[in-house]
Amino acid sequence: MTQEITSGFPMAGAPRFESIDAVRQGLAGVDYLADEGISGVVYLADRLAKPVLVEGPAGTGKTELAKSVARLTGSRLIRLQCYEGLDESKALYEWNYKKQLLRIQADAGQSWEQLEEDIFSEEFLLPRPLLEAIRSPEPVVLLVDEVDRVELETEALLLEILSEYQVSIPELGTVRATQIPLVFLTSNNTRELSEALKRRCLYLHIDYPQLERERAIIETRVPGISKALADQVARIVRSIRTLDLKKDPSVSETLDWARTLVVLGVESIDVEQARDTLHILLKYQTDIERASKELSGVQAPD
Amino acid sequence: MLDLLTGFVGELRSAGIPVSLTEHLDAAEALRHVPMEDREALKYTLGASLVKSSTHWRAYETAFEIYFSLRGPDYTIAEDGEDPDLTDESGAERLPGSGGRQGEGRGGGGGGQEGMTPEELADLLYKALLGSNDAMVATVARQAVSRYAGMEAGRPVGGTYYLYRTLRNLDLDRVLERLVADARAGGPPPGGAAVPEELTGLEERLLRDEFQVRIDRLRQEIESEIRRRLVADRGSEALAKSIRKPLPEDIDVMHATRDELVALRKLLQPLSRKLAVRLARKRRHGRKGPLDFRATVRHSLSTGGVPVEPKFRYPRPSKPEIVVIADISGSVASFARFTLHLVHAISSQFSKVRSFVFIDGIDEVSRFFDGVDDPAEAVHRINTEADVIWVDGHSDYGHALTVFWERWGEEITPRSSVLLLGDARNNYHASQAWVVKELRARARHVYWLNPEPRAYWNSGDSIVGEYGVHCDDVVECRTLRQLEKFVGELA
Repeated sequence: MTQEITSGFPMAGAPRFESIDAVRQGLAGVDYLADEGISGVVYLADRLAKPVLVEGPAGTGKTELAKSVARLTGSRLIRLQCYEGLDESKALYEWNYKKQLLRIQADAGQSWEQLEEDIFSEEFLLPRPLLEAIRSPEPVVLLVDEVDRVELETEALLLEILSEYQVSIPELGTVRATQIPLVFLTSNNTRELSEALKRRCLYLHIDYPQLERERAIIETRVPGISKALADQVARIVRSIRTLDLKKDPSVSETLDWARTLVVLGVESIDVEQARDTLHILLKYQTDIERASKELSGVQAPD
Repeated sequence: MLDLLTGFVGELRSAGIPVSLTEHLDAAEALRHVPMEDREALKYTLGASLVKSSTHWRAYETAFEIYFSLRGPDYTIAEDGEDPDLTDESGAERLPGSGGRQGEGRGGGGGGQEGMTPEELADLLYKALLGSNDAMVATVARQAVSRYAGMEAGRPVGGTYYLYRTLRNLDLDRVLERLVADARAGGPPPGGAAVPEELTGLEERLLRDEFQVRIDRLRQEIESEIRRRLVADRGSEALAKSIRKPLPEDIDVMHATRDELVALRKLLQPLSRKLAVRLARKRRHGRKGPLDFRATVRHSLSTGGVPVEPKFRYPRPSKPEIVVIADISGSVASFARFTLHLVHAISSQFSKVRSFVFIDGIDEVSRFFDGVDDPAEAVHRINTEADVIWVDGHSDYGHALTVFWERWGEEITPRSSVLLLGDARNNYHASQAWVVKELRARARHVYWLNPEPRAYWNSGDSIVGEYGVHCDDVVECRTLRQLEKFVGELA
């Protein structure tokens, strides 16, 4: 299984995108509205063959970005969901030792050298997401989700694959990527990632969108919403985000809210309706109270 | 271009953003793939390879503005004392807004409209904000700066003063009120949104926010306009040096401006969460304890008395009990607040946290934190409800400590770590340092956190030295970074 090794840095394959604008338009085609920063970084990631580390508040479309890029480029999306306690055998590869045992028992007469060569071959290897991503012959988008959840030590597992696009298996040798996958790592920033990891990635911070972009997102993602309502929703959400809340409404919550309003047949939001449906947007009781008070104009805005 | 990039990276480094050599190389590589003339794209792609933390983005943006600002004949400062109106040569007849991209300063041709009266400018400003026209906002910013900032060539300043002068003359607060009032009276709807006859509270609020956003944009525009002109005048490096600001985690808490305090408060939440996660992990993945001789011998019986398998003591790191005694008088109030917030946010790492605040009287405030999930709320209540004034509301460490000793001294045990917070500026009262000595005798540790720079200690009415001799350690704690480090080591 050891593949032909070309020396030096892995070369990027044929570029996937023509220009930054092409990225943006392409993403818009799959219903993901990217801004300058997002499309620029995706473009650069493709050209430099570097992974992208995406950070930002929850629900701003970090995971969605990877999915959309996969859809846009027609690649397979391989996803590695990180959690505390994730280890090599779940992320990289594992030997199928049951099968190995069977193989040993089935053929007791063989010499040991032959047997050893046999049971440590590709047939007995169980590829996990990371190995799968670089072995795949077809184009792949690799999504390492919530990378901040693994321990600092486990992060090191990722380093080889992120910088060299290869996996070293002691018994087999080094597996090189047949094509350079686009890699996205997302992080909710619950802890500082290691310098080594950050250094290998391009960094993209996705924040809550500007008013115009949020409005456009609502219009594309919520079918049947009127322009006026979308505009109103976006502006109310922006107002709410300026308040000092425990948790600001995310884009996905905004979309949920907009969908609810459409289902309820609301044409234009008044204070009453806003207050009744606010619990979709906000998840803390104190936040809801605060926002509904502010929105109905009880407190004079300072 | 590469030279420029190198200078830029150098500037980022001196602003405190860690940029490694690989990242520098990446940025250079990125430059090859991004069209030079697309400034926005350049900004984001360079940022993606150089800046790896969202809190550093502001600093990066400022540096970028300076190093990659547009240069051209438009952005020079009028010669000393020369009336800007006189430099008007080209196209004063051009209507504002029709000039489109003048504010971008591509090449010449942007010198128009210098001859506006203040009234015209105010009117233009009003229209620009009402119509949400970016080009117009840029024009207004340019105008306002040339008219009001009174910039002088060659002065080594950072531009804050110019900004202040411009904004004062524009009086944006009044403009905001006027915009809202007009909208209320049925003015033209902003941004094409239909506004019904009667404005409800909700709609008025939305309108106000909308205008606020536009005004903020104008303010930013003015700021960068001033910066552009300064760059043209003095060159990138000189300017970068004078406007370099510390990163949020390096801001001196005692002298933070209001904006900086807001930034700090935002940073505190994720910071304390991260710290809590890190400490919890540290505890869980603790090393093996020391050799348990007894258990080893006992276990060796099964192997005929040969200690094949050494046994170790299971580590039980003790959770310290924390007593915080904080000065919350004016000078160090914000520092005390941050510390209380941080300590309580990670209170799960301690067996018990008790907090006391004082000015010249002292009061226990632990009760405010009970059952509140958001420490910020409790800290806010401390400011309003705690009973800390004894005579005149000037810090009196001696009295506060004596009262503490009399009322709560008994409750300090060998398991307690006592944190004393304050600058020890005692207004020449008696120090009563014996209390600290007694505390030291009873408690496990006594630390003094001083938010003042070390150089100022023991100058004037600061008597930190008198207390310090009785403490395990006196720590200079001026920034969030230092505070986080200290608290992290404590747990």
